[in-house]
Amino acid sequence: MEVVKNAVRMENITKRFGTKVVANNAVNLELHEGEILSLLGENGSGKTTLMNMLSGIYHPDEGQIYIHDKPVVIASPKDAFDNGIGMIHQHFKLVDVFTATENIVLGLPGKLDLKKSAQKIREICEKYGFDIDPDQKIYNMSVSQKQTVEIVKVLYRGADILILDEPTAVLTPQETDKLFQIMRNMQKDGKSLIIITHKLHEVLEVSDRVAILRKGEYVGDVATKDADQQSLTDMMVGRRVSLNINRPNPVDPKPRLVIEHLTAYDELGVKRLDDVSFTANSGEVLGIAGVAGSGQRELLEAVAGLYPVKEGKILFYDPDYDGTDKLPKNLVGMDPMAIRKAGVAMSFVPEDRLGMGLVGTMGMTGNMLLRSWRKTKGLFVSRKEPEAMAKRIWEELEVVTPSTNFPVRRMSGGNVQKVLVGREIAQEPAVLMTAYAVRGLDINTSYTIYNLLTEQKLKGRAVIYVGEDLDVLLELCDRIVVLCGGQVSGVVDARTTDKREVGRLMTLHKGGAENE
Amino acid sequence: MFDFVSFIPRAVMQGTPLLFGSTGEILTEKSGNLNLGIPGIMYVGAISGVIGSFFYEQSMAGQPLNGFWAIAIPMACSLLGSLLMGLLYCFLTVTLRANQNVTGLALTTFGVGFGNFFGGSLIKLAHSDVPSVALPATSAFFSKHLPFADNLGWFGKIFLSYGFLAYLAIIIALIASYILNHTRAGLHLRSVGESPATADAAGINVTRHKYLATCIGSMIAGLGGLYYVMDYACGIWSNNAFGDRGWLAIALVIFTIWRPNISILASILFGGLYILYLYIPTGTQMEVKELYKMLPYVITLLVLIVVSLRKKREDQPPASLGLSYFREDR
Repeated sequence: MEVVKNAVRMENITKRFGTKVVANNAVNLELHEGEILSLLGENGSGKTTLMNMLSGIYHPDEGQIYIHDKPVVIASPKDAFDNGIGMIHQHFKLVDVFTATENIVLGLPGKLDLKKSAQKIREICEKYGFDIDPDQKIYNMSVSQKQTVEIVKVLYRGADILILDEPTAVLTPQETDKLFQIMRNMQKDGKSLIIITHKLHEVLEVSDRVAILRKGEYVGDVATKDADQQSLTDMMVGRRVSLNINRPNPVDPKPRLVIEHLTAYDELGVKRLDDVSFTANSGEVLGIAGVAGSGQRELLEAVAGLYPVKEGKILFYDPDYDGTDKLPKNLVGMDPMAIRKAGVAMSFVPEDRLGMGLVGTMGMTGNMLLRSWRKTKGLFVSRKEPEAMAKRIWEELEVVTPSTNFPVRRMSGGNVQKVLVGREIAQEPAVLMTAYAVRGLDINTSYTIYNLLTEQKLKGRAVIYVGEDLDVLLELCDRIVVLCGGQVSGVVDARTTDKREVGRLMTLHKGGAENE
Repeated sequence: MFDFVSFIPRAVMQGTPLLFGSTGEILTEKSGNLNLGIPGIMYVGAISGVIGSFFYEQSMAGQPLNGFWAIAIPMACSLLGSLLMGLLYCFLTVTLRANQNVTGLALTTFGVGFGNFFGGSLIKLAHSDVPSVALPATSAFFSKHLPFADNLGWFGKIFLSYGFLAYLAIIIALIASYILNHTRAGLHLRSVGESPATADAAGINVTRHKYLATCIGSMIAGLGGLYYVMDYACGIWSNNAFGDRGWLAIALVIFTIWRPNISILASILFGGLYILYLYIPTGTQMEVKELYKMLPYVITLLVLIVVSLRKKREDQPPASLGLSYFREDR
């Protein structure tokens, strides 16, 4: 029998922050040589903290780390490099105005020879199948390319143990497939990899073994071939969780938002929305599916008044007037504040959660105040209402934070998102638009969000849900609008359609020949 | 006919202090420190040199000065004075993470006050009839130029008629430019100014880079003050004569979009614009002269507008300019 060698062994690792917070409690973790290990756990279960101790950002309070069976002390990122450990963080650490090469060689000793370095980078790219230009500036790159630069950076330094912290949270499905292929290439090359992800189907697809953390403690591991989504979720949450979304029938559906022949161009003159027409009904969840970049963002922003519309109408039927003698309002040309006032709310979860929507240095209360202050009259703002709203979100969504005044940028990514989504839902708008609401959230919280959206629907509101996960779209929504290349390629009933049909529509260009 | 042969040397002499100041400030800003104390630091650099040479001249009591010491003593004093200013700035903004704008402005106020206090004291010590200290002997060494330059007509006048500090300013600017763009040290320094968190994660010592760049930058800027008093002003110190040259140096940093090599020509342009009123027949109208003196600032504003309009990322200030860095802040 082949003896399993360990690339990494962490023994009884404990990490405390202050006296109260125990992020990791006596964790034992092994990474075998040449395997891909998934590290699974809910938001705030201590996955990132544990990995940060391997990459030298934190130092464990107790316990011992072994690399290739040798005890080591990792006190700084440099020590981690020296031990062949490289971590790709969730938030990229790159200098925007530098080229890929300059970023990759940053911090290394020796004479600067960018040409030689670029050559070496090209070799690495070729070996593993990366697709980047070493001379391209970072600010010209897509998120996926930036991530590639980060990965090449650690490979360039000769890492043979790679840690990827939620690498797929910001990637499209296609980019994810590419990343997994690269991970397998690296595995074939003898590297050992740890991947942190919340998406269970990805865990099942890419990894050999799954290790699970719950509330800072090590629960156990399981070979991927013996696991399924349900068993993993149960281990992660610690109790049996129902993975079915409750979908009641639409409540008294009436047209709430009617989009007619919407056409929009971006600043470079490229057509982003092409004659888009559909209706969003009250009391219904309308899903929007499509390959990333098919016009989802532009569509939502156009409705919210943030994106210039060239042609077409966005008709909004105000729920207070019942639509009989009152004409609908055309939202095109109105400013975002007026649209918001009319009752259209958008919660868009951008790639950079803090960049859009929240003020990082403010606490939850302050961020609630950003929305609610308009309701109060007079010279002074009241903190009472936002405080109550913050408390409610804190409890309902189980946000992990010491207090409602704790700066949101110091919370973990998933928690920041809960605050953002929670705030928009709490506005109880007539039309609630969410994009990628569960991006980066663990499965338990995701289901909480789904239930909140369903609740809104039951209250007779029109909910528009832009999502990436087809399974969720099919289970959560009543109808699905499928976008492809800025056009509506189909509107389907989510109860009767299936994944294949939606997938087909996602790549179906109107006017093009349809091959069956 | 516009008299270029006399105009250009005057522009260069006027521009040299600005070149020192802007090179120093560019190095500083590339580390993410916005040092608005530069006018004060140049002022301290000047008065420190004056103090050194004053006591050296006094100690020689009328004997002819030794050329080496006549240059080395004021220079060492000047470098020391501006180094201390730079250290003070770093201690406040990097170690204690004080607000950079406030610290810089305070340092300028302090530097000018410091200079005027010691300037006044020296004037008293020298029992001078006019409110100034004259150091002609030291100045002679600083403004000495190549002996054969006078025989070369306009060529010698335009290119060879300056004291050694003027050439030093150009050499320092070229070296700074090379280091910033072509060496690993420069790459690391720029990364600190752009994104200290990234630099930190890459194992670069952010604090050390900020201290080094700011202190070296301050010393270079201080030489600008020394050049002004020893060469340009012929060794005559009088309080407040240095004027707003420090602010012009900072404007020059923006004008050259953070490039020391461009600064060489730009400083001459600024120097020329600054004295243009002397060459334009304005008569006796003082107010028109003051309008001409505004030209460098107007041009800087125009450059700022053009650069902002073009939105080229490479032309923007270092991304973390003016921000202090604390590792545990996310």
